[in-house]
Amino acid sequence: MRRLLFLLPLAVFAALAAWLYIGLGGDPARIPSPLVGRTAPAFAVDGLATADLEGPALVNIFASWCVPCRAEHPLLTHLAEKEGVAIYGIAYKDKPENANAFLAELGNPYRRVGYDRDGQAGVEWGVTGVPETFVLDAGSVVVFKHTGPLTPDTVRRDLLPALGR
Amino acid sequence: MTAELGHFALALALGLALLQAVLPLYGAARGRQALMDLARHTALGQFILAAIAFGALTRAYVFSDFSVSAVAQNSHSLKPLLYRLTGVWGNHEGSLLLWILILTLFGAMVAVFGSGLRKTLQVRVLAVQAMIGSGFLAFTLLTSNPFARVWPPPLDGAGLNPLLQDPGLAFHPPLLYFGYVGLSVAFSFAVAALIEGRVDRAWARWVRPWTLAAWAGLTAGIALGSWWAYYELGWGGFWFWDPVENASFMPWLAATALLHSAIAAERRQALRSWTVLLAILAFSLSLLGAFLVRSGVLTSVHAFATDPERGVFILLLLGIATGGAFALYAWRAPALGAGVPFRPVSREGALVLNNLVLVTACATVLLGTLYPLFLDALDAGKVSVGPPYFAATFVPLVAPALVAMAVGPMLAWKRGDLAGALGRLWLAALGAALAAGAALAYGETMAALGLGAAAWIGLGALVEWAERLRLGRAPAGEVWRRARAIPRAAWGGGLAHLGVAVVVAGITASQCFQSELILAMKPGDSARIAGYTIRYDGTARVEGPNYRADRATLSVLRNGAPAAVLAPERRFYPVERQHTTEAAIRTTFLADLYAVIGEDDAQAGRTVRLYHNPLVPWIWIGAIVMALGALVSLSDRRLRLAAPRRRQQPAAS
Repeated sequence: MRRLLFLLPLAVFAALAAWLYIGLGGDPARIPSPLVGRTAPAFAVDGLATADLEGPALVNIFASWCVPCRAEHPLLTHLAEKEGVAIYGIAYKDKPENANAFLAELGNPYRRVGYDRDGQAGVEWGVTGVPETFVLDAGSVVVFKHTGPLTPDTVRRDLLPALGR
Repeated sequence: MTAELGHFALALALGLALLQAVLPLYGAARGRQALMDLARHTALGQFILAAIAFGALTRAYVFSDFSVSAVAQNSHSLKPLLYRLTGVWGNHEGSLLLWILILTLFGAMVAVFGSGLRKTLQVRVLAVQAMIGSGFLAFTLLTSNPFARVWPPPLDGAGLNPLLQDPGLAFHPPLLYFGYVGLSVAFSFAVAALIEGRVDRAWARWVRPWTLAAWAGLTAGIALGSWWAYYELGWGGFWFWDPVENASFMPWLAATALLHSAIAAERRQALRSWTVLLAILAFSLSLLGAFLVRSGVLTSVHAFATDPERGVFILLLLGIATGGAFALYAWRAPALGAGVPFRPVSREGALVLNNLVLVTACATVLLGTLYPLFLDALDAGKVSVGPPYFAATFVPLVAPALVAMAVGPMLAWKRGDLAGALGRLWLAALGAALAAGAALAYGETMAALGLGAAAWIGLGALVEWAERLRLGRAPAGEVWRRARAIPRAAWGGGLAHLGVAVVVAGITASQCFQSELILAMKPGDSARIAGYTIRYDGTARVEGPNYRADRATLSVLRNGAPAAVLAPERRFYPVERQHTTEAAIRTTFLADLYAVIGEDDAQAGRTVRLYHNPLVPWIWIGAIVMALGALVSLSDRRLRLAAPRRRQQPAAS
């Protein structure tokens, strides 16, 4: 019994490490967002609502206060301008004037932008961190979700295939 | 050429580290003197090689050698020299090299100062240290070579994130890494003790100084980081429970617990296997922090250099180091034996309470930090974790420990007298009641609790000193003699507790009594905040070395008389195409007047945010006092690294 107590740290750590490995996406059987496989959630904020979304498209959650969002911005611009991908933006917990200043400074890759001042749409989309990107298919069903800034790798490996390209 | 030299030095260091990780262990097991002696030379060699590599990279930054990929991506020829220097560690590759430099520095210090240690123990510590070093050297060389070249070299670099071009942040990473990496020594001592199968008084005495040094670095580093966030991010806040902040806070909590349990292990031979466990835990949390920051599993306002591919490597390192150490612990620790028994009300009991609270608090922070990951896996959806979670869990958890903090040092070892201790703390109780009453008069219950706790802890530390000196009860000569006789460690401990009191007061007052005003102002407009009148005089365009700025002039008037001028800026860095806000702060050390400007609107005027933050400077003053406490404690003769120690014969096992 006493021995088991000394095994406890190892057991807890093993569970944690396994979890981190899954979280890292190193596992092909990665556990997806609960939204994947369902139609886009019902939401309506200033400038954007569920009915406006026309798949196939990306829904990108961003904010002017979010530094990683700046990091992924050139990729979104590339996707919109060079690949012709429709991208809808939701400015999460952000004032419209700040979000607009952000887009004026870096360029606007979005077809439409919704201003989610109090994070209400973020709750519907199950946002856990900004930025997040959802892929919708032609029937507006969520087929993929990426948390964190997009990288060229994720775009090539996950986003474009999920968009059917 | 220097870049290749640096690369070569790193590869050689890896070779030495691998040798040092294996041969001395074999030598210690078989009693081979020559193999054991090897460890000290290779430890010094590793440090020299790491210093050469670091020097080579620094040279590339200082002379803007853009054929080196890391320099091209993170530096710019127009950047001031200070930020070209700090740019060395302002990115993933360079910061890893800094990590390695400090790791090998600590290895070399164990080799030089540890000659008083039992030979087999010293050699095993160095071997474990080299295992960690091998892991990080291999990681750097295989996945994140800071010396990789680009061809053709770009005409100029891409620049460093302007938020990071700041003197406060320039020295934040080295201090923090000193803390993170310093904990590796405690880890190596723990693993070496498990290999040897003995944790004695000398072991605990040797672990403490390394932990103290690391803890001082961590404390100062975290404080500097939060100070930077306070004045640079322009939100008026100082702590955001951001994953990156939590990543440094968790090892700090574990190291604080370790500092305290090591006292019990040294003085009373109590809590020995627990101390070993904490030593493993503290460094493991440092590694976990490195993983969280660099792998991209969590997003953060500070996220830099995230890359899932590197994450796998760090996770592997974490798995081997922590998994291996915990496995060894499960196997060897039961044989370490139980310590000397003690009553619940005793110094040991108080230290156990301290440890329970700190470790639980640490687990709470861990849970809150990893929550987004857990949520995804549990399919729980739709919950957002943030400051409210930590306010609801962390604060109530720590509160009882704050109360106990003043009492613990007053209790005797083995069996203490609680009523007696509380009786001697009457002055602290009175002070706490007065502080709480004053806060209640303003109608702030939370402030009453916080300020009451701060007065209790602070006065408690003073009362403890007075008790030791027999102040007011013995003649002055006797007091002076006692003051000189008290070990520095006791002074240091009291000072650190005093620092905690100052921090608690600062946090409480700034949370409960902050005033905030956001308004649009035109030149000539005035606003009133906390008894000051702020007049907006206009904005001028200024040119910095690598930025353009709008600088506003805000005149501060007190009772109609000019008191100060605030000049907040909004900067634009053309190379990085990024805006930053530079807050203007006028401090009286009792309160800060804090101003930030936003955009200018032709109709409405310029957005101005004003804050009055009472006692905010105390947060950092308190942190400095805490770190000083650790340094005073470190200078204790009993702990002094190079103190002559009786030589022991190398144990031939």
